[in-house]
Amino acid sequence: MSTTSATLRRPRRSAARRREALLGYLYISPWFLGFLFLTLGPMLASLYLSFTQYSMLSAPLFIGPQNYVKAFTQDKLFWTSVWNTLYYVAISVPLSISISLLLALLLDQGLQATKLFRTLFFLPSITPLVASVLLWKWIFQPNFGILNYLLRLLGTSGPMWLASPEWVKPSLIVISLWSAVGGSQMIIFLAGMQSISSDLYEAAAIDGTSRLQRFQSITLPLLTPSIFFNLILAIIAAFRTFTLAYIATEGGPAYSSLFYVLYLFFNAFKFSNMGYASALAWVLFIVVITLTAIQFQASRRWVYYEAED
Amino acid sequence: MATDAKRTKFISARFVVGRSGQPIIYALLIVLGVLFTLPFVWTVLTAFKAPYEIFVFPPTFFPKEFQWSNFAVVWQRAPFSTFLLNTLVVAGLSIVGDTITASLVAYGFARFRFPGRGFLFLLVLSVLILPEEVTIITQFMIYRWMGWLDTLKPLILPAFLGGGAFNIFLLRQFFMTIPRDLDEAAMIDGASSFRILWQILIPLSKPAIATVAIFSFLFHWNDFFRPLIFLNTTEKFTLSLGLRFFQTSVEQGGEPLVQLLMAASVMMTIPIIVLFFSLQRYFIEGITMSGIKR
Repeated sequence: MSTTSATLRRPRRSAARRREALLGYLYISPWFLGFLFLTLGPMLASLYLSFTQYSMLSAPLFIGPQNYVKAFTQDKLFWTSVWNTLYYVAISVPLSISISLLLALLLDQGLQATKLFRTLFFLPSITPLVASVLLWKWIFQPNFGILNYLLRLLGTSGPMWLASPEWVKPSLIVISLWSAVGGSQMIIFLAGMQSISSDLYEAAAIDGTSRLQRFQSITLPLLTPSIFFNLILAIIAAFRTFTLAYIATEGGPAYSSLFYVLYLFFNAFKFSNMGYASALAWVLFIVVITLTAIQFQASRRWVYYEAED
Repeated sequence: MATDAKRTKFISARFVVGRSGQPIIYALLIVLGVLFTLPFVWTVLTAFKAPYEIFVFPPTFFPKEFQWSNFAVVWQRAPFSTFLLNTLVVAGLSIVGDTITASLVAYGFARFRFPGRGFLFLLVLSVLILPEEVTIITQFMIYRWMGWLDTLKPLILPAFLGGGAFNIFLLRQFFMTIPRDLDEAAMIDGASSFRILWQILIPLSKPAIATVAIFSFLFHWNDFFRPLIFLNTTEKFTLSLGLRFFQTSVEQGGEPLVQLLMAASVMMTIPIIVLFFSLQRYFIEGITMSGIKR
């Protein structure tokens, strides 16, 4: 008897399971369609295109790995853009992470008016980037801009900033720092700091540690998951820098701010080299994914995760 | 407790400075606050200047006379109302799409068991680290083939197909904090799964949905990359593209339009700042939730 009831119940349960699964698939279907048609499909199509010559006027012509060979061995501008981008990533990411951390730390000292300063730091991050870049362009204007005027008051003459091959990348980094450090990175650090239990600090204080020691041995280690999270996103964003340079300089002067994605964009939408641009996009994709994977591997050594209970 | 501690003389053990260090922190905060604010001030002051005050040396900080007319001139010299309308259409429809679609998808991931759920959710999140460049070229060709280039449709469609990985993640996390007992009670009463979402989960998730709506608005209001690629003619421009209307080069014989450029930038930024001040909580909480991942 017990066997019959078991065999009777099983199909009903699995029917309910199947119904649940079906409903689940139904609810996630808008995302799945989007994933197929806006992400996976276009990705694979661009992988194919990267092995073709395609100007959108005639059908794509299969040319094997020639686009990749051309990029790595013949195209000097490709290497210029790689160098510019690596320079930008290497300088701007560490600066932006450490300044965000510093801002969060300053805001986390329990002082009055902290909320006002949080707002002042945060506002540039939600200002439309186009507007931010245009306003900084005006600040950096060599002859009539306020910055060089102030420098002249101090007795030195400022450089040409965005119009100078030597200064254009540092200038762009200043703009990017202004518009990013007080944004999500800072808020995430702040939330991370405030989620650390005060008991830890009090226990350490009783042991006679200094405030600096407590910062080093409690705050920093417990903040490593937030640092890791911000680092991953900051590196990807820095590799993808586009709007900043497009509005400020269009890659100039003398290609010294020609970043990778800018070069990709010009190839695709100015020169209609869709095949070549697709190859550039896939190189970027592979670099970004590899770097992210390496960071996840390396994170085991430096990111501290509290044991889950 | 922490606030009580602040009011008394005791300075919590977690702060990096004691009482003697506080003035230094204040000084740093003020210097940095000024550095972050000055560019805004300089922009606003420039927006009020007369054309002849733009290219003068030494530059003047305050305008001789505040030219309120600059703000009106922006609307006359460029089809700014068209830009605004286009932006509002894109942002408005995207908010609708993002909130509805992300709720549906998040509900699917939060409340239903199905084979491959973990893997599919990982796929959702993987898009967050995917450089968009690897899809944008073929997207461009698909939209060209569909005849959608130079229309607002490519800017709106993605909101209805998935509603954004971050939004799905945010809503899923929020739904998972709501006890299942509520669903089950409603299910026993014979409510359909959609009614459970619509009448129980969504009303309880208003703060999270508001956050999604705000970030959706912010993204579409500020977006430059996608409009630049998909739009061609001035009448179709969004505000971020339209701002460049006044970006003429004086070196090439153009008249000084910097004051108009700044006035337009100020006008484009003000709605965002107003939005921030009225809904500050959602901004901060939304970002904070994104940091609590894994």
